[in-house]
Amino acid sequence: MEYEPVIGLEVHAQLLTETKLFCSCLTAFGAPPNTQTCPVCLGMPGVLPVANKKAVRYAIALGLATGCTISKTSLFARKNYFYPDLPKGYQISQYEVPICRRGFIDIDLEGEKKRIGITRIHMEDDAGKLIHDEENPVSRVDFNRTGVPLLEIVSEPDIRSPEEAVAYLRALRDILLYLGISDGNMEEGSFRCDANVSLRAAGEEKFGTRTELKNMNSFRHIQRALFYEIRRQRALLDAGEEVLQETRLWDEAKQATFGMRGKEEAQDYRYFPDPDLIPITVPDEWIEEIRESLPELPAAKRERFISVYSIPEYDAGVLTSSRALADYFEDAVKGSGEPKKVSNFIMSELMRELKRDERDISECPVTPAMLSELLVMVDQGKISGKIAKDVFEEMYRTGTKASEIVEKKGLAVERDEGALIALIEEILAENPDQVAQFKAGKTKVLGFFMGQLMKRTRGKADPRLSNELLREKLAE
Amino acid sequence: MRITKEEVEHVAKLARLKVTEDEKETYAGQLARVLEYMDKLKEVPTEDVAPTFHAVELKTPFREDVPGESLAPEETMSNAPEKDSDSFIVPRVI
Repeated sequence: MEYEPVIGLEVHAQLLTETKLFCSCLTAFGAPPNTQTCPVCLGMPGVLPVANKKAVRYAIALGLATGCTISKTSLFARKNYFYPDLPKGYQISQYEVPICRRGFIDIDLEGEKKRIGITRIHMEDDAGKLIHDEENPVSRVDFNRTGVPLLEIVSEPDIRSPEEAVAYLRALRDILLYLGISDGNMEEGSFRCDANVSLRAAGEEKFGTRTELKNMNSFRHIQRALFYEIRRQRALLDAGEEVLQETRLWDEAKQATFGMRGKEEAQDYRYFPDPDLIPITVPDEWIEEIRESLPELPAAKRERFISVYSIPEYDAGVLTSSRALADYFEDAVKGSGEPKKVSNFIMSELMRELKRDERDISECPVTPAMLSELLVMVDQGKISGKIAKDVFEEMYRTGTKASEIVEKKGLAVERDEGALIALIEEILAENPDQVAQFKAGKTKVLGFFMGQLMKRTRGKADPRLSNELLREKLAE
Repeated sequence: MRITKEEVEHVAKLARLKVTEDEKETYAGQLARVLEYMDKLKEVPTEDVAPTFHAVELKTPFREDVPGESLAPEETMSNAPEKDSDSFIVPRVI
């Protein structure tokens, strides 16, 4: 039977605030265990949590960037459960009234656009970290992460394939990075994703029983886990068996999902409004002020690059993958005026070097102005395109300007007619067979002569001038 | 409203409380009376009243994102029944 996968995603994004959601402890990653805690985040009796204004601002910014309605009043609620990484015995989250509701993210799959709905975005505090002992049946608890602000972004069940899921996640992560409100680092856990997956018979409206997948730490894991789970559920349904509603963990080593807890332990969180926290009221002026301050978002930037710079959609997608890269491109175009040439150079030479050294564009030793200078030199015929690549490598290695390298190494194009003619005569004299072929009408041999000339000038011969001179000499 | 023994056991389990058979009986009765009181509240006509989210009507107090003092780890862990030099130690749960 044909089945249609139905996928909804829950993303937890850690916010880039300096301090925690309800206290002034630092949020920095990697500090020694239990050095960033206080009575508030440890859940001591009698303490009073106070919301971090920046975290609320960030939540509103993401809501506006994804077309959500911002709640004028929203509530913090307690989600009650016991776990050793949760010192308060409850997580402070939002339940009935989240700060943002009903938005969307547009994704692009090989040119096909699709809108994925966002059900809600809410704020909550993170739990601590458990480190399981390898020998004894104990765990060590580090509460540094306890109370760090998170946004939970819940999508509608609009996703129909693992590829769509990854496209949605990439688009969401790009927006978070553009807004500068999260670092989106999946390895450090600042961008985590759970997936709800079910299958239904093609054409059926009702959703099938879903499972919730956890423990996927990269886009690749997510895609593989979804593929696996869809296959697993299809096999069950085909065999006339039932899908059990449960939480399953992805095991990357075994390339499979495994049930975590049964149905009988369905969670019972007993949510209720947190009496320690006053409802959050958001005045219109604040929303408007945040709206005004939003940067241009990835989708809008991509469209603008295509229309303003007339570059292909693919190029625009690559260049807008980060705000810093997009800014680099625009700055380089300002100096050289040739968008497609700048784009080609960035996507091939520049990105290859950065990738090899695992460097971010912000750490690139070649500034946009330096790249512009190089490309202008090529454009004006001062150096050949091939030499430009060598010059670029040197620029990247040493941080030296193109003009200096070209001058120091004598790489400028050879335009001295006398010198070129002398070399051409030499080449023609040494290759009588090819000359005869040319005269017999095999004009393709011209390429051979050009190759010889480039070899002797180490790629520096001016191509147009050389071509003219070659033809003249061969016609003699 | 009647509260069953099973419901008392469920709530006790969620709260990690050990209750005796006698206590289950007692609590079932007491919890039922709490819920009955809620029924009493339901009698108040509230159709035209906006929901009250909090007993205190205040503008949201916010904190600026400015770091303050944290506790020293020794202090943080001073009441821990089991610990090592920098972490709490708990029975393994997974």
